[in-house]
Amino acid sequence: MGGYNPMRRTLTTLVTGALLAAGPAMADLTIVDTSYRTGPYAANGIPFSDGYQDYFTLLNERDGGIGGEKINIIECETGYNTEKGVECYESTKNEDPLVYEPLSTGITYQLIPKATADEIPLHTLGYGRTSAKNGEVFKWVFNYPANYWDGASVAIKHILDQEGGDLNGKKIALVYHNSAYGKEPIRTLEKLGEKHGYELMLLPVDHPGQEQKSQWLQVRRERPDYVIMWGWGVMNQVAIQEAVNIRYPMDHFIGIWWSGSENDVLPAGEGADGYKALTFHNLGDDYPLYDDLRKFVVDGGKAAGAGDQLGTALYNRGMYAAMLAAEAIKTAQEMAGTSAINAAQMRDGMENLKITEEKMAELGLPNFGPEFEVTCSNHGGEGYAAVAQWDAAAKEWSLITDYMQSDQDVIAPLIEEDSTAFAQESGIEPHCD
Amino acid sequence: MIYREAGEFKTSYVDDGQTFPIRFDRLGYYVTLAVAFLVIPFMVNDYWVNAIFLPFLIYAIAAIGLNILVGYCGQVSLGTGGFMAVGAYSVYKLMTAFPDINIFFHVIIAGAITAAVGVLFGLPSLRIKGFYLAVATLAAQFFLVWLFNRVPWFYNYSASGQISAPERTVFGIPVTGAETQPWAVYLFCLVFLVGSALIARNLTRGSTGRRWMAIRDMDIAAEIIGVNPLTAKLTAFAASSFFVGVAGALFFAVYLGAVEVGEAFGISKSFLVLFMIIIGGLGSIFGSFAGAAFLVLLPVALKVVGADMFGWPTDTVAHLQLVIVGALIVTFLVLEPHGLAQLWRVTKEKLRLWPFPH
Repeated sequence: MGGYNPMRRTLTTLVTGALLAAGPAMADLTIVDTSYRTGPYAANGIPFSDGYQDYFTLLNERDGGIGGEKINIIECETGYNTEKGVECYESTKNEDPLVYEPLSTGITYQLIPKATADEIPLHTLGYGRTSAKNGEVFKWVFNYPANYWDGASVAIKHILDQEGGDLNGKKIALVYHNSAYGKEPIRTLEKLGEKHGYELMLLPVDHPGQEQKSQWLQVRRERPDYVIMWGWGVMNQVAIQEAVNIRYPMDHFIGIWWSGSENDVLPAGEGADGYKALTFHNLGDDYPLYDDLRKFVVDGGKAAGAGDQLGTALYNRGMYAAMLAAEAIKTAQEMAGTSAINAAQMRDGMENLKITEEKMAELGLPNFGPEFEVTCSNHGGEGYAAVAQWDAAAKEWSLITDYMQSDQDVIAPLIEEDSTAFAQESGIEPHCD
Repeated sequence: MIYREAGEFKTSYVDDGQTFPIRFDRLGYYVTLAVAFLVIPFMVNDYWVNAIFLPFLIYAIAAIGLNILVGYCGQVSLGTGGFMAVGAYSVYKLMTAFPDINIFFHVIIAGAITAAVGVLFGLPSLRIKGFYLAVATLAAQFFLVWLFNRVPWFYNYSASGQISAPERTVFGIPVTGAETQPWAVYLFCLVFLVGSALIARNLTRGSTGRRWMAIRDMDIAAEIIGVNPLTAKLTAFAASSFFVGVAGALFFAVYLGAVEVGEAFGISKSFLVLFMIIIGGLGSIFGSFAGAAFLVLLPVALKVVGADMFGWPTDTVAHLQLVIVGALIVTFLVLEPHGLAQLWRVTKEKLRLWPFPH
């Protein structure tokens, strides 16, 4: 921590305070939260954004920022709409943001070329373009700790465990949001189908997903052995309700991690009991960090939004995303020897990020997520995920499996293929420096 | 006092028939063009271009297109989003299939393809009118979006189902892709907008436009005086779809760069463009500009004032925007059905007499 200077910190605090009083804060470390608190995806956008902001607020309140530099969060409403997302990006990129977390696969696809040209890192935690895992091609994009293809593979692994390792002749349906997001797992599921001998049935649901009668009628008629869901926003609630209506066995219904929040299962009431969803981090609020969050953020009235989302699955995920960003900032500060890092130094920090159990325990999040390490050639982590199950009586999620690694034999060649195609298309020479 | 026609004597039919017969208007028009071509390109940055100018220029083209159909020919259409999608996917297929041809021509061909599709979906207009036609075009909207989502050939079998624009240049300067300069994309779209506006203005002033307006005002009477409804309606669909297609092509290739059909060209896009011409003014080229400018600037202005200046929560600002747009549409429909263009016309009438109204 070479550049740390208490005098400077006091000055920064003073200046920040003065500026806070005068207008928008101009701190040294700017983070943009492209959130969506309106529209059909708000139910999922709000908890994530609250968690993301609250963690940074906690660092500001408790530690005075990171390495003595306060964090300035700029929130920009996208409504999960790509045009607004682009507008948010353009209007905030001159504030020297360190990283963007768009929380939308559509917006991510828009921002990958823009952010690469502007040299601002993108972190797409468990969403976005899967082949961005190949850091030799996607220098500025990171999607650790797990991606969609990992999710698809882990879901199939879980089904394999349930079926005693044999899926021959089984039928698996994929109910997906008919967009870039929902289409991501199809290729992986097809490849895995060739390997394990199951039959894949595709059921697209159009934006925003309130109308799913025909899809579930098809499920009812074809009786697939398992249903996997790639849903988001209001689509999740509707799908789970429809599954309950046709009395589909809920423990054979597995959602991706974006289809596994409390908001998705609560409307279906008792019927949703046993519904499963993947996750790449732990759930609940039984962590020492939560004591600090309550003490410094919630009790101080500084919580983002209504402050009522603590401990929900997506709040935890937003907090996890912020924690990974904060750890990357720390890594970057160590590497650069200064606290006031810029976007390029942030990228180096993200590329050298190492998450260990000791580090997580020290932060107050023991047993919260798997360990992983980012390298230049691997921007996507190790691809570990677990399965959580909903208990409708207790109204809580609990992990029912250990973290499982995805089938790298199938996924690695797919990533290689897709990223190479992108590199050729955009004239990128894959390299590590 | 300044704005008047007194003292201007036209000595030829050409003078008398020009677009801006009043000298002051003409001057204003030349000054606007000069500022748009010679001043703004030197001043814009990424934010101004991407948040304000590009959406304005592109939506203005789309609004001109829809105004020809709805405002001039009286055929209500809710298929604008679908036709923009045709333009976008056409230009994508052309860009990837013929990379050596200049993007400028691809955009024009994409407009022509959309015109053909528009004529096809315009055929029912010969039999059905009003609300029923609106429903038929609504079917076009849903069918086209479904088609582009369903048939992988349209998105070149990409895994995500998205289309993304590769880099293409005009005179060696990139206008699509990530490495574009703000002034380059601005000028590229501006050229299309000025071209579209000139063509549309002259089409509507000529015999074609008069036929459209005759059909709009009373189709049976128009038929009796010798207007062929088949050609009049179908040319309106063709011209309208051409401009909408050009707008869709620019929207995808230049503005967004990557597009997902359901989200970018959904039904909400159709309504947005329809609101633009309702607020701007039906049957007016100026109205298309005014409406596009209004609906592009309003959210940005609200965001700057609400979220950035007053620090209101971002969701409140987003909700407020819906309320304000809704209220404005109702207000305009009640108080000024001819939109901003009519306000402008009234202002001009007043100005002619000012300061001695009697």
